[in-house]
Amino acid sequence: MSMLNYMLRRLVQAIPVMLIIMVGTFLLLKLAPGDTVDALVGDMGGADPRFIERLRAEYGLDQPVLMQLWIYMTKLARFDFGWSFVHEQPVMTVLMDRLGTTLLLMISSLFFAVSIGSLLGAIAARKAYSLTDNIISTLGLVFYAMPSFFLGLMMIVLFSVKLGWLPVGGIQTIPSFYEGWDYVKDVALHLIMPTASLSLIYLALYMRLMRTSVLEVADLDYVRTARAKGAGEWRLMIHHIMRNALLPVVTLLGVQFSTILGGSVVVETVFSLPGLGELAYKAVIQRDMNMLMGIIFLSSIVVIVVNFLIDLLYARLDSRIELT
Amino acid sequence: MSVLESEIGTAPPSGWSVMWTRYKRNRAAVLGLVLLVIVLAMAATAGFVEPVDPLRRAGDPLVPPFTDWATPLGTDQLGRDILAGIFHGARTSLLIGIVSTVVAISIGILVGAISGYFGGWIDDVLMRVTEAFQTIPNFVLLLALVAILGSSLQNMIIAIGIVSWTAPARLVRAEFLSLRGREFVEAARNLGVGDAAIIFREILPNALPPVIVFASVIMAISILLESALAFLGLGDPNFASWGNMIGAGKAVLRSAWYCAAIPGIAIVLTVLAFSLIGEGLNEAVNPRQKKS
Repeated sequence: MSMLNYMLRRLVQAIPVMLIIMVGTFLLLKLAPGDTVDALVGDMGGADPRFIERLRAEYGLDQPVLMQLWIYMTKLARFDFGWSFVHEQPVMTVLMDRLGTTLLLMISSLFFAVSIGSLLGAIAARKAYSLTDNIISTLGLVFYAMPSFFLGLMMIVLFSVKLGWLPVGGIQTIPSFYEGWDYVKDVALHLIMPTASLSLIYLALYMRLMRTSVLEVADLDYVRTARAKGAGEWRLMIHHIMRNALLPVVTLLGVQFSTILGGSVVVETVFSLPGLGELAYKAVIQRDMNMLMGIIFLSSIVVIVVNFLIDLLYARLDSRIELT
Repeated sequence: MSVLESEIGTAPPSGWSVMWTRYKRNRAAVLGLVLLVIVLAMAATAGFVEPVDPLRRAGDPLVPPFTDWATPLGTDQLGRDILAGIFHGARTSLLIGIVSTVVAISIGILVGAISGYFGGWIDDVLMRVTEAFQTIPNFVLLLALVAILGSSLQNMIIAIGIVSWTAPARLVRAEFLSLRGREFVEAARNLGVGDAAIIFREILPNALPPVIVFASVIMAISILLESALAFLGLGDPNFASWGNMIGAGKAVLRSAWYCAAIPGIAIVLTVLAFSLIGEGLNEAVNPRQKKS
C-alpha cells in the first residue's frame, strides 16, 4: 500500500510544476510576434480583415487574456497542442511520430553513459592516484569540455568519411527493406555515433562521481568487515561497494535527464535523426511556435515521468529509504 | 626570544595569499589558469590580428593551414581568415560567458536568498518555479527564447542567463537555510535591522564563496550553450563565433575538415580552462574536503 501512496503523492507534487509550465508556454506564445491566426492567414496567402476578425473570434483570441489562458490550459490538459501550419497536421500527431527516435537515443545514451562511466570511475577509484587513474581522470576532463556537435562532426570525419565504417546520418538506410534483426542492426549502426556524442559529457560526469563515491564507500566499516571476513576483491567491489556507490549516480541521473533531452536537439540535427530535437530546431527556423511549445510541454512530461521512475529505482537500490 | 614574541612578530598571511598557496598546489588548476590567460590574451589582441572585420574575405577560399603566411591557420569556404575568427571568437565567447554568468547568478541569488530567508509559502512557490525551469529541457527553452527575442548578442546573453539560474538559486537557498538561524543573524534582527539589509549585508557575504566557485562551472556551460546556438546558425551573425565557424565548416567537412576542427579545439581548451579553475578554487576554498 505504501508504494501506491508514495506514487500518488509524487503525482500530486508534479501537478503545480506542470501548471507553471503551462502558464509559462502560454506567456512565451503571447510574447512571440504573431498569433495562430497570423500564421493561418500567412499560410493562406492573405485574407480580408473581416474574415480575420471572425477567425480570431473562432480561436478565442478576442477573449480577455485570462480566458485565453484557461482555454489554452484545458486544451493542453487534453494533449491538444493545436495545429502545425508547417506540417499541415495536428502538433500531437507529428510529436508522436518523432518521440520514439528521441526516446531510443535517450535510452542508449543513458545506458552507455551510466555503465561505462561507472565502470571507469570504479576502476579509477580502485587504483586511485596511479597512472591509470590519472589517464582516466584527464580523459574525463577533456570529454567534459567537448561540445557534442564538435565530437559528432569529428567522428563523422573519421568513421564515415575516412574509414567508411558508419553511416553519416539518418535513423535507417534509405531505401531499405530490412526486416527483423537486419532492421535492428541497421538502426543500431545509425545510432552508434549519435549515442557516443550525446553521452560523452555525462559519461565524464558519472565517472567522476563514481570515483569519488567509491573512494568514500570503500573506507566505511562494513566494507572493512566484509574484507576481514575474506570476501574477494571482485565480490567486495560488486556486492558491497558498487551498490552503495551507485546511489549518487542515480540521483544525478534524474537531475541531468532534462539536460540530456535538451542536448538531443544539437545531436539529432548533426546526424539528421528524425526525433523531437531535430523537430525543435526546424520549428525555430520555420517559426512554428505551436510545435515548439508542444515539444516543451511533451518533453517536460517525459522528464517528470523519468524522474518518477528514477525515484522508484532509487528506493529499490537503497532499502533504507522508506516510501512514505 | 620567547614563543609569545615570535607569534606577535609574524604577521598572519592574508586570506588571498593562503588561497593562492592552496590553489597553486593543484597543477591542473594552474594549467587551467594558464589556458585562461592565453584565451584572454587572444581576446585582447584580436584587434591587432584583424583590425577591420574578421568576417571579411582575407584570401582564396579553403587555403589549408600552415601554407600561407597571410592566413596561418588557413581560410574557410568564403575565404575568411580562420586565425582572425579564432581571436575574435575568443572575445565573443568570453563576453557571453561572463555576462550571462553574471545574469544567471544575479537571478539565482535573488530567488535563492528570498526563498531560503523567508521560507514558508514564498519558498514553496519559488521552488516550484525553479523545478519547472529544471523540468523543461534547458536547450529547448533556450531555442524558444531565442526564437521569440531574436538572436542579437544581448538577447542571447539574457536567454542563456534565464536558462541557467536554477542551480545557483538552489545553492544560495541551501546556504541561506543553514545561515538564517545563526547567532549573528539573530543579533542583527534584535538590533532592528530590516530584512533586506539582513539578506544582502549580513547573510549574503557569508553565502557567496560556494557561489563564486560555482560561477566557473556556469561560465563553461554558458560558453557551450552559445557555441551550440551559433553552430545551429541561431547566433548573432554580426560577430565571429567559434560555434558558427564549426557550423560553416560542416558544409566542407569532407574536403576541409580543419575548418571545423580548429575552432572546436579552441572551445575545448576554453571550457577545459574554466573547469580546471573551478576545481582548483573548490579545493582552495574547502581544503578539508577529500580530494576527488
